[in-house]
Amino acid sequence: MTAQPMPLTRSARKGRRELKNAVATGLIVASFVIALIPLTLIVVYVIQAGASVFNLGFLTEDLPFSNRREGGGIYPAIIGTLVITGTATAMAVPLGILGGIYLNEYGGRSPLARFIRFLSEVMTGVPSIVMGLFIYTIWVLPRKQSGLSGFAGALALGCLMLPIVIRTSEEILKVVPDELREGSYALGTRKAQTIRRVVFPSAAPGIISGALLGVARVAGETAPLLFTIGIVSTANFNVFDGPNTALPQQIYINAGTFGGFPAAQDRAWGAALALILLVFLFTLVARIITAIYTRRSSAV
Amino acid sequence: MATDAPALPKSFTKGSRPPGIIADRAFRIIALLAALMVLVILGLIAVSTTREALPWFREEGLGIFTDTWDPSKNSFGALGLIYGTLLVSGIAVVLSLPISIGIALFVTDVAPRRLRRPIVYTVDLLAAIPSVVYGLWALLVLAPPLANLFETVSDATAGIPVLKTVFGNPSASGKSFMTAGIIVAIMITPIITSITREVFATVPSSQKEAALALGATRWEMIRGAVFPHSRSGMVAGTMIGLGRAMGETIAVALVIGSSQRVTANILGPGDTLASVIANQFGEASGTHRAALIGCGVVLFVITILISMAARTVVTRTDRRSAGTA
Repeated sequence: MTAQPMPLTRSARKGRRELKNAVATGLIVASFVIALIPLTLIVVYVIQAGASVFNLGFLTEDLPFSNRREGGGIYPAIIGTLVITGTATAMAVPLGILGGIYLNEYGGRSPLARFIRFLSEVMTGVPSIVMGLFIYTIWVLPRKQSGLSGFAGALALGCLMLPIVIRTSEEILKVVPDELREGSYALGTRKAQTIRRVVFPSAAPGIISGALLGVARVAGETAPLLFTIGIVSTANFNVFDGPNTALPQQIYINAGTFGGFPAAQDRAWGAALALILLVFLFTLVARIITAIYTRRSSAV
Repeated sequence: MATDAPALPKSFTKGSRPPGIIADRAFRIIALLAALMVLVILGLIAVSTTREALPWFREEGLGIFTDTWDPSKNSFGALGLIYGTLLVSGIAVVLSLPISIGIALFVTDVAPRRLRRPIVYTVDLLAAIPSVVYGLWALLVLAPPLANLFETVSDATAGIPVLKTVFGNPSASGKSFMTAGIIVAIMITPIITSITREVFATVPSSQKEAALALGATRWEMIRGAVFPHSRSGMVAGTMIGLGRAMGETIAVALVIGSSQRVTANILGPGDTLASVIANQFGEASGTHRAALIGCGVVLFVITILISMAARTVVTRTDRRSAGTA
């Protein structure tokens, strides 16, 4: 794109250039406004439609026997989402942090570390439905019906979280100043101890907020749960035994399969509001941790 | 060991390992194993899904590239689904790219400095809304008015040669390729925006200032300094957005209708690799199930190729800009 020579004397030319600039600036501003439209519409609609069904019973009662009927609540789905996401977090976060530690503290620029970094980027791009199929083929299928459990869903969500946690941990560890490491070595500390006692604690808030963003991302996933958790209408706190349910799954079923029934539509909106509140809560906590962390470190 | 080394603590000289070294090595190995999980999982995905999809590849052979997908006749050609995946993600990227670039420019070069962070947070909120909520909204709120709009567009273009096939036969429910494309466009906007924004932020301000000092307007500065510097970053961002769009499942499954044919009619119902899995897996068995898992394999391969390509573009730019620095 080469700049054209600009005749500076002709003011007509200048007018056209300014007009072009104004149009371009207008389009740039407009694109942000356009992006705001669906965001506002969706959020407002979910809050409106969701709030109309939201009450204590909706949050604490079991699912109705038939999705077509009115009444009942989404309590089992809230519990399901919490225990499944919790289990996934318990598996993926420690593993992801260790992976990030390897990449930044040990691997560095070695070919193996580069390869793993590349793979974790590739893994971030694997569609969530493929993760669901993967856990279905490797975990559910060999166990027949008893394979459908919250744990199978947690495995799928964990696989989605793992590369996110690895990458954010590495990013955060990268900004830990080398002086801290050197100071620790100078005191005769071994590398593993340095990492555990010096490097990790100073990176912990950042890593935790990164992990929470990963949790927020997978908590809303539906596709990996479709063939892995089965479905129940009463709360199942045990992820290892028996099928489970989750908020995204309930939204999908009530909107898709039973979308023609007003009662199911209402339930879907209510569940959507509950899910969004949950996801925003995770995101908010992550942001608060980051904010506190950055203020403290910039004050030092 | 040299004999004139200074006296070492007893434990060093006894031939046993110095204290703590086993724990030290163990930690390194544990960290390495954790990192290698990525490799293990990717390998397992490839192997286990391909194995379950084998009956489909074996029975259909090259027939997987036909567009007759009919479970009642036990015929499963995935061409229509591959086509649907490309069409929906194509529509999504075409709609989303200009807007994403616009937002990125707005953040880096137009908006007042102290509004930048809130703007970034606002756009990122789009990424925080779960896919299924987009689907719910698109199905119950967006689709009905879109159906009317499609009807109008279809009537208006009825006599025009090419357009009458592209816009002919709109679906009455509003479930169509176009509806799916629109909702996916909204969903990939935050990711394309954040990548292009990061690339635009790396444009040296000396170049921007030089352009402005020469009397360029802001738009001329963007065209002359920002875009040339960011071209490959924009390509990479587009490709990552495309990959996301192709894997998008639930929102698409809710609003695309169900038709596994290759058709130019973008206002009519269709299906994608991902959405057909979500919609049909529940009642599938035998070859049907193998075929659906096979669709997952095809999708896996396509998205991996795209993210590898995107990655290559990025590394090439890194190297080039590192060379010029």
